[in-house]
Formats: sequence, structure tokens, C-alpha cells
Amino acid sequence: MEIVYVYVKKRSEFGKQCNFSDRQAELNIDIMPNPELAEQFVERNPVDTGIQCSVSMSEHEANTERFEMETRGVNHVEGGWPKDVNPLELEQTIRFRKKVEKDENYVNAIMQLGSIMEHCIKQNNAIDIYEEYFNDEEAVEVMEEAPSAKTINVFRDPQEIKRAATHLSWHPDGNRKLAVAYSCLDFQRAPVGMSSDSYIWDLENPNKPELALKPSSPLVTLEFNPKDSHVLLGGCYNGQIACWDTRKGSLVAELSTIEFSHRDPVYGTIWLQSKTGTECFSASTDGQVMWWDIRKMSEPTEVVIMDITKKEQLENALGAISLEFESTLPTKFMVGTEQGIIVSCNRKAKTSAEKIVCTFPGHHGPIYALQRNPFYPKNFLTVGDWTARIWSEDSRESSIMWTKYHMAYLTDAAWSPTRPAVFFTTKMDGTLDIWDFVFKQCDPALSLKVCDEALFCLRVQDNGCLIACGSQLGTTTLLEVSPGLSTLQRNEKNVASSMFERETRREKILEARHREMRLKEKGKAEGRDEEQTDEDLTIDLEALVSKAEEEFFDIIFAELKKKEADAIKLTPMPQQPSPEEDQAVEEGEEAAGEGKSEEVEEELA
Amino acid sequence: MTAEVEETLKRIQSHKGVIGTMVVNAEGIPIRTTLDNSTTVQYAGLLHHLTMKAKSTVRDIDPQNDLTFLRIRSKKHEIMVAPDKEYLLIVIQNPCE
Repeated sequence: MEIVYVYVKKRSEFGKQCNFSDRQAELNIDIMPNPELAEQFVERNPVDTGIQCSVSMSEHEANTERFEMETRGVNHVEGGWPKDVNPLELEQTIRFRKKVEKDENYVNAIMQLGSIMEHCIKQNNAIDIYEEYFNDEEAVEVMEEAPSAKTINVFRDPQEIKRAATHLSWHPDGNRKLAVAYSCLDFQRAPVGMSSDSYIWDLENPNKPELALKPSSPLVTLEFNPKDSHVLLGGCYNGQIACWDTRKGSLVAELSTIEFSHRDPVYGTIWLQSKTGTECFSASTDGQVMWWDIRKMSEPTEVVIMDITKKEQLENALGAISLEFESTLPTKFMVGTEQGIIVSCNRKAKTSAEKIVCTFPGHHGPIYALQRNPFYPKNFLTVGDWTARIWSEDSRESSIMWTKYHMAYLTDAAWSPTRPAVFFTTKMDGTLDIWDFVFKQCDPALSLKVCDEALFCLRVQDNGCLIACGSQLGTTTLLEVSPGLSTLQRNEKNVASSMFERETRREKILEARHREMRLKEKGKAEGRDEEQTDEDLTIDLEALVSKAEEEFFDIIFAELKKKEADAIKLTPMPQQPSPEEDQAVEEGEEAAGEGKSEEVEEELA
Repeated sequence: MTAEVEETLKRIQSHKGVIGTMVVNAEGIPIRTTLDNSTTVQYAGLLHHLTMKAKSTVRDIDPQNDLTFLRIRSKKHEIMVAPDKEYLLIVIQNPCE
């Protein structure tokens, strides 16, 4: 019911100042109780109400400002000498000492302390009470717990202008340090004043990097030398290769000459196993793979052009975006290209044309990660477009295992060094997925949202427990996985190898069938008229394209609808509006079918 | 008398795994040491404070009690400190098997 109070004011009085005055209270509205309303209620006697008599308190969170701490040692200086003794004079100190040694107190004290001390020393020598007991029993434990991972530490880019962490490398000895390369990979969109420094972090101290490496151009990749942990190799954004020695400081120790370097950012650099420990090779999107010796960086020792037509034309070359090298197969290496093709090469081939052994069709987009399985080097993992695929060298037409298409682009992947069936992937929406295909093949065993921005790179430590991932804003997160995901399970090697073999065999059978079908079709096609087939082809092409478009958009709609339905189910909304909303959504979609397809097109574009 | 002291200290030093022995007085002056001067000074300064703290901890909990021995086991070796009213006997041992 509406209650209205009307008053009248003369127009000449508008804008006049208010003159307040006291007056008696006036009753404007009197609403009488309506006993009929009482019938809607039921009397309840007695009433049960809970009352709490306690101090009302509130919870409040406060976060203090980040407190920068630094660890420093204190060096003690000799002191305490009495005034008459000059500590620098050897004679005086010796005389003082001799005097003390003659003191009876001293003698008694030492005799007594000596006997206590001897007792403890002998105790130590007799039994090592600090030894590791039950060492063998750890292997028998069966991991029943659910897989989990927790963040241990976060290393933030200390620079004001944030850059993406594009590459990570663990220190080869003891894995206590992490080298992170920072650069901005957006073409020509690097903000002015962006620093080109990359850092080496000590895991104990996330506040300040241990060492800053200062190249002339931001580093895209950075690798520790596995043989000499003081030497690092970096690939720059401008195509040069740079080398550092941490003992010499943060400036570049060796730099390749610009004329002989790559012409595009260097996306992959790997150290080679050589007796001298100074050889490395690099790959870049300009289509070349170059071998270097860091003692002589003025020009590469060898150059291979990634031209799969084997004509060595730089124009036809495919840009390399990832590089793979396994030290157990020293003559072979693989290159993942921007065009989505994986090229397997042999370093020891006589002619440059023979260097390129074979290609795999790969993905629809650039191959961002390429790694052989550390236990079964014939199988390798690649990541590109929205899937991760596992390939076998024997099956060249397609991958033997692959994940489903995800919602976000996959940016990096790595095998676990301790478990042959476990690998990790990072995505553009900031999630880290841990896949364990002896446990579950269709979904990741564990999916973690590490941060809100995209994750660009991932590196697993040699013990398989710690993972470092770098994000778009330069934040490197260190995670520890549960022991179930990092210790080798019983029988896992056999299961994994049998899975790989089974899938490889399946692919081979499929390949053989495809080949048979193609041969049959070729035979049939040769029998038919050629002109007719040409015309049919041109008409069919347009029809095919429109049909493909329709099917594509239908699939996208179905997925979007499913997502919305899931989202509606999850949000706790009142019952009444929701079925109406569902209907509205469906009607809206049907009505605006065409309009939505345009929207979707824009989103995808 | 001093000969006995010498003999005791020598015996301690000759035990298996003993890296160094030193005697420090209450002011932090090293009276006798088998290690180099700078290391001795470091140990003397740091262990003196630690022993004082340990002693006061034990006595705070029970005033009748007193600290007789302090053992610090680290990754690399074990530092053993026997405190006295005026002196400290410090032995560093590496009890490896």
C-alpha cells in the first residue's frame, strides 16, 4: 500500500530559505491492525530460540608491508685482552698464555672438563646416534594418498616494468639455484625502459636475486652448463648468443658477433655433451640451427638450414621454436617449428641435405615444447596449439597418444625425470596440469591454478619433486608435488613401456590401413573421367567449405551452451528465476543464431 | 701438573675424528688452540654467547640445575662445548663412520 503526503507551495516561495518552527505532532496515517493477517500465522508456544551471551568479536586480517631481510655474517675480532697486553705483540700474548696455564684453577678445570669431553668423544666414535635409521623401508611404502602439490616459494621480478619469464634452468649441482630469463616476446611491443636483465635466484632467498646477468638485449633462453655450473648460455632477443661465467660477474663473458648470429630471437639453446664441455647449439625462427664453441664465439662452427624440401633455401626454411637434444643419443636432435612440423635431424650426416632425416606432422600451431621421455627416448612429448601429444619415432604419420583439446593454449611441457608416465603442462590461463597416464588418460591427474596470468615456461628439478614455472608478469612459482607423483611406482616402467608399444602398434596398423585405402582410391580415380572430377571438385569445394563452417559453429555453440549450463548449475541462484533464465537463454540463442555466430567469429579472431 | 694438562689435551686431539681443540677463557681469549687464529676467534666469540644463553635457559627452567655440556650437531661435524666457571673447552669432531 502506498502512503502519500501532499503539500502545496506557492511558486513565489520557491527558493526561499527554510524557516523551521515547532508545532504539535499531527497524526497523518493510522493503520489499524488487520486481524485477518493473523490467520496466516500459527501460534507457537513454547518458542525455542538460541541466545548467546558472549563478547562480540570480529575477525580482521592485516598484512604488513613486505619486510626485506638480508642475511649477513658477523666477523669477530679478537678481544678481551687485558690492558697491559698488546694483542699484536706475539711475545706478550705468549707470556700471558703461559701465565694462565700455570694457574691452578686452570689445571683443575681442564682436567675435569677433559674427562667429560673424552667421554662424549668416545661415545660419538662408538655409535653414530644421528645415522639414518630405516633407510630401506621407505621404498616399500605404497602411496595411497591423492596427488597434490603446494607452492613453496614465489620469486617476483624486482623490476618495475614487468617482463615475462620465458625460460628457466636449474643449477646442475644440488639444484639450489634457478636461472630465469626475462624478456618481452610481444613483437615490437616491449615497453620503453624495460630492463634486459635476467636473474639467478637462490631458492633460500626469494626477496633478492643472487646474481643479475646483464646482456645487451633481453634473454629469451638461459641454460646452465651441466658440466661446469659456473657457466651459463643465453640466447638473446636480437639473435645473438651470449655466455656468462658467474665467477667473473654479471657482464657478458662471450658474445657472438651479430653478423653471424641468428636474425630472429633465439628460441632454443642447449649445451652439448663434449669432452671440452664448451659446445652448444641454438635454434631460431629465422630457420637456422647453429653450432657454437663458446671459446670462439665469433662465428658458428656449423649451420643447418631447416628446409624440409632439402634444397637449403632460407626462404623455404621453417622457423624453429624449440630444440631437443638427449645426451644419450648424441648424434640426433629434433627441432620443433613455428609451422607446427617436427623435424628430426642427424648431426653426423655427410651432406647438409641429409641432415634432415624425417618430419612429423605435429600440431596446428607452433610447437612450444619438445622433449624425449628420459626413460624411453624413442617416445617424445610435444606441445602446441591446444593439445599435448606423445609421438613415437616409428610412427611418422601421427602421434600415438594425445590429450583432448583444451580451452587455453598450451605453452610448455616437461616429462618427470623420475617417473616415465608423468608429465607436466602449462597453459595460457595460468594452470599447471600434471598428467599421469598409468592412472588416468583422459584428464590430468592434477590440475592447479598457479596464477591469474599466463604461464610461459616450466622446468622440473632432477629429483622430480620441485617444479618451477614462470609467468607472463615475471613471477616464478616453485611448487612441490606429493611424493606419489615423484617416486617411481612398482611396475610403472613396464606399464608405461607396454602402453607406448601398444599405441605405436595401433598407429602403425592405422597407417597401413590408410595407405591401403589411398592406393585403392588412386586406382579408382585413374579409371574415371578427369574433366568430370575437376568440375565436381570446384563445386564440391564451396559446398564443403560452407558445410565445414556450419559444423564448426555448431560444435562451438554446443560447447558454449554446455559451459553456460554448467555455470548456471554451479552458481547458487533462487529456484524461480533459473528455469526462466534457461528458457530465455535458449530462446535468445535460437533467435539470434546468426548474430551469435558473428560474435563468436569476432571472439575467435 | 701442567704435564698432565698437556697430556689430556693431546689425548683429546688424537681421538678419531677430532678436527680441533681449543681452550678459551671467560673473556674470549684463546689460551690453547690447535686451529688457526681467525677460526679460533670466531668459535670463541660465538660459542661463548651460546653457552651463556644455554646456561641461563637451563637455570631459568630449574634454578637448581646447571649446564654441564653442550653439543651442537651440524651437517658437517659436531661441536662440543664443556663449560666451566672461567674457561670453555671446545672440541670439533667429525664422527663419520
